[in-house]
Amino acid sequence: MSSHPSSRPAVAPRGLVFGLEDRLGRIEVAFWLLPVAVFFVFPGYLVLASQVLIAGLFALSLDLILGYAGIVSLGHAAFFGVGAYVAGLLSVRGYGEPLSGLVAAAVVAGCVGFVSSFLIVGGHALTRLMVTLAVGLSLHEAANQASSVTGGTDGLSGMETSDLFGVFAFDLLGKTAYLYVLGVCLVAFCLVRRLVHSPFGLSLRGVRENERRMHAIGAPVRRRLVEVYTLAAALAGAAGALSAQTTEFVGLEALSFDRSASALVMLVLGGAGHMYGAFVGSCAFMVLQSFLADLHPAYWQFWIGCAVMLIAFFARGGILGYASAARERLARGSRGSRGAAARPGP
Amino acid sequence: MASFLGIVFDGVAYGSLLFLISIGLSVTMGLMNIVNLAHGAFAMFGGYLSVWLSARGTPFLATLPICFVVLGLAGAGSERLFYRRLRRRSQLDQVLFTIGFTFAAVASATLVWGPAEQRVQLPGALRGQLQVLGVGLGAYRLFLIALVAVLSAGLVALVEKTTFGARVRASVDDEQVSAGLGIPVERVFCLTFAFGSGLAGLGGALSIDVLGLEPTFALKYLVYFLLVVAVGGAGSLAGTAVASLVLGLFDVAGKYYVPQVGAFIIYGLMIVLLLVFPAGLHGRRA
Repeated sequence: MSSHPSSRPAVAPRGLVFGLEDRLGRIEVAFWLLPVAVFFVFPGYLVLASQVLIAGLFALSLDLILGYAGIVSLGHAAFFGVGAYVAGLLSVRGYGEPLSGLVAAAVVAGCVGFVSSFLIVGGHALTRLMVTLAVGLSLHEAANQASSVTGGTDGLSGMETSDLFGVFAFDLLGKTAYLYVLGVCLVAFCLVRRLVHSPFGLSLRGVRENERRMHAIGAPVRRRLVEVYTLAAALAGAAGALSAQTTEFVGLEALSFDRSASALVMLVLGGAGHMYGAFVGSCAFMVLQSFLADLHPAYWQFWIGCAVMLIAFFARGGILGYASAARERLARGSRGSRGAAARPGP
Repeated sequence: MASFLGIVFDGVAYGSLLFLISIGLSVTMGLMNIVNLAHGAFAMFGGYLSVWLSARGTPFLATLPICFVVLGLAGAGSERLFYRRLRRRSQLDQVLFTIGFTFAAVASATLVWGPAEQRVQLPGALRGQLQVLGVGLGAYRLFLIALVAVLSAGLVALVEKTTFGARVRASVDDEQVSAGLGIPVERVFCLTFAFGSGLAGLGGALSIDVLGLEPTFALKYLVYFLLVVAVGGAGSLAGTAVASLVLGLFDVAGKYYVPQVGAFIIYGLMIVLLLVFPAGLHGRRA
């Protein structure tokens, strides 16, 4: 692969700077060194940092279906919530082993995703949007009504997560929890990265760009969508399980529309279809949130609303989209052949 | 029996309210191809405007036309500024923009009016109950049903009988050909959007006493409006009316007979209806 360095384009096409080259680039390694550095530099913020990573993983699962398959979902929290409740219920019933709980949550959420995917792939765009919304809302309502199992609005408490590998106890500072979350995120990320670079990922992008043409060339569009939806649901379930295990609490909020919407916002803030956008977005979102919500809870909602409106209007591609465009412009400027002004802004 | 009639009555009242608010959403989604999640926010601002005017001595009934006009103007303004540009953008952009708008609207309402539920003073004639065939019917709900029936008749006449209605139908069927025939499509859409927003504002004001008004109204009931549009088929007047009544009846009856199932019945109904009628009950597109 590296034997023909000259055959690689000097300037990556727009949107391909982050994550779409098959080899793990230097920027990517540097990116994953950041959360490791956080562990040593900000030991006081590990609880928040864990939440950022969990939200990032959740947004990454949404990126699979939105950024790669092009399905807009307003109910992705359904799978996060299912995963969280599975892990939570297992733990409350006395089975608190984290890793197997994580796998169980991912499997159950994947099954729910598999079943609901058949509702999604059939309809056209508006029906899809509405069905994702309805699935999310009905699961939220189900958890609300089944309060004898889920604790209803009070939430599920009394969870106790056992030691990781039977050795490392979950401490109050969140060190074990952080490393656990980081490890799971890294593994999940590598999986997703491998996947989107495979022919499978390519056919997903084909579906996103032109579903009709994919049908015409004989690609199994429906099957691809069912597969990716199931996988994204399983990943979201894993994120939910991580959240339940590290906070030892599950509330109805895990299934709420707010969570679905904020994942969408995080992803778009960071940049959909980049994989890294999920983590960049969740970091920007949650750091801003913890800062602004301290002032007044309504301020936070107001400013995030305005930010999302601006993104929808002007900044397609989010933070990473900007970064790619800027890098491309720099590269062009240094070659001097075409001025940066030749291309209108994003 | 009496309780059954009472439930049907309440369901119809609730359904007519849903119809009044959802019709604007149905028009924007069906005719203009915009996923407008900010529609609930328009209704909410209509409600707050009515409360604000009432608190300053305007009689409740007089606030209703004001809400219609003000929200209609706001709708026209936002169509010119934002929605016109969003029409040619992706569905994701539309969802994001309108969700962002809703968040900002909910937050502004919380900042200005606080999170508590708002009340409005109904005129004496609309309070209390009327006894009809041994069933106590709320006077306000009766007024609501009558008003919506009159407005719907007007709406049908507007769409079916007037030149404006013909232009709207033509622009919907084929935007390009209509523009080619000299129909000012952009202006038609702007007026339609304004009209829909005005009706939402009016519905928001009317719903204060039935649904309750708080900042989360914009998100909480948006789901119901979306359900109506999805089930009724976007862009269809008759479909929206049928879907509103069905959803209103099922919701009220469900909450009365099987309270433990709660709102589940509505979401379940919606999924089933969407599977059976993917384009809505009266879908224009197959």
